[in-house]
Amino acid sequence: MREFDVKKITEAVKRLSMETNYFLGEDMVKALKASLDKEESPVGKSVLGQIIENQEIARTEQMAICQDTGFTVVFIDLGQDVHLTGGDLTEAVNEGVRQGYQEGYLRKSIVKDPLHRVNTGDNTPAVIHLRIVPGEKVHLTVAPKGGGSENMSEVQMLKPADGPEGVKNFVIDRVRRSGGNPCPPIVVGVGIGGTYETAALIAKRALLRELGQFNPDPYYAEMEKELLRAINRLGIGPMGLGGRVTALGVFIETYPCHIASLPIAVNIQCHAARHKSVVI
Amino acid sequence: MVMHMHEKKIIAPLTDDVVKTLRVGDNVLITGTIYTARDAAHKRLVDLLNAGKALPIPLKGQVIYYVGPAPAHPGKPIGPAGPTTSYRMNPYAPYLIEQGLKGMIGKGEMGENVAEAMKKHGAVYFAATGGAAALIARSIKHAEIVAYEDLGAEAIRKLEVENFPVVVAQDCYGGNIYKEGVAKYHIAS
Repeated sequence: MREFDVKKITEAVKRLSMETNYFLGEDMVKALKASLDKEESPVGKSVLGQIIENQEIARTEQMAICQDTGFTVVFIDLGQDVHLTGGDLTEAVNEGVRQGYQEGYLRKSIVKDPLHRVNTGDNTPAVIHLRIVPGEKVHLTVAPKGGGSENMSEVQMLKPADGPEGVKNFVIDRVRRSGGNPCPPIVVGVGIGGTYETAALIAKRALLRELGQFNPDPYYAEMEKELLRAINRLGIGPMGLGGRVTALGVFIETYPCHIASLPIAVNIQCHAARHKSVVI
Repeated sequence: MVMHMHEKKIIAPLTDDVVKTLRVGDNVLITGTIYTARDAAHKRLVDLLNAGKALPIPLKGQVIYYVGPAPAHPGKPIGPAGPTTSYRMNPYAPYLIEQGLKGMIGKGEMGENVAEAMKKHGAVYFAATGGAAALIARSIKHAEIVAYEDLGAEAIRKLEVENFPVVVAQDCYGGNIYKEGVAKYHIAS
């Protein structure tokens, strides 16, 4: 058993809220730069150039890459041999968000009630996904999620008879219908299986992968590559203005499912794909 | 890093003559005065129009930028300020265009109802690069809240901009880059 003060959680969430919003991951920067050569549309190239220049400015000046600094999604894998002390875990996470978004000049984008729509003023509450895992460590990921790309995401309950073709068609069609709205070039998180809510959650977890990593199952790794090729044939291009570079990656995660079901979720991520993890 | 293609320089507010010269795909640099508004501010503006009341900002010839900026760092006029997705303003934009609004700046395609109003009254929709918030903020030289301060990031701001980089995405002739551009690069499977 390890004693663990939740203040460490607050500190980590605060720091990662700022770092994720200022510093785009190296995998994304590399992929964006590589995409300049693939893009044939002059407008598309110009947009990609702006996106690359923008993240450099954000990095240098330590300011947000995008004004939409997101809903703060926090994934915690909590070791079962950890004993949390010093307060409420949820409140510790929210305090980290509060401090990070205030001190980091990050936008407060959360309204307290979906219909009354009054801003909470400090970007709280976070969305917290907690798993209890073996061990005595705490693995924490902060992944701020912008509204524009989240709005283009969708869950559908397919029939088992729809099979792999149904899955692929749904993913491609979801991207096609999204057009320029989610700020392409995008990253596509796909969750297949589980129950209604599992599909959405594993699609979001898929977005935490680094570009260049594939599903460990060769069948799904191949499907990821096939979907990426198909999406980049759609012609949507950077910001939907037409072009070859619509997506930089497709990540599929799966979960066992019911004999009656084939749930599928597509969680779309904009080019400001922000996530960072620490092990405490 | 930004490619410098042929760019048209325009001054905001816009005249009808300027709007008529702008065609889909044109790279444009906007200098002058524009206003910000997004979902919540649009709802209030249209509620006022429907109630026959005066608006807190002028609309004739004006350009509205769909943005909710992040807080300004010390010494800066504004924080990162990239465009938000425009289709959410579809229910409101035609009312404002009818009142003389000449331009909108956002990202993503606007609806048929907006395109119709743009054709009828002569207005243009510009796409700015979504997520290029720190870059775009450099072209904003001054910002002040002029209405709805209680909305925070969603308050209406008056901006002075210099060479704000945009692309004509939908023009007053019904041209639409989201359809034409995508058709050009689509590869049939």
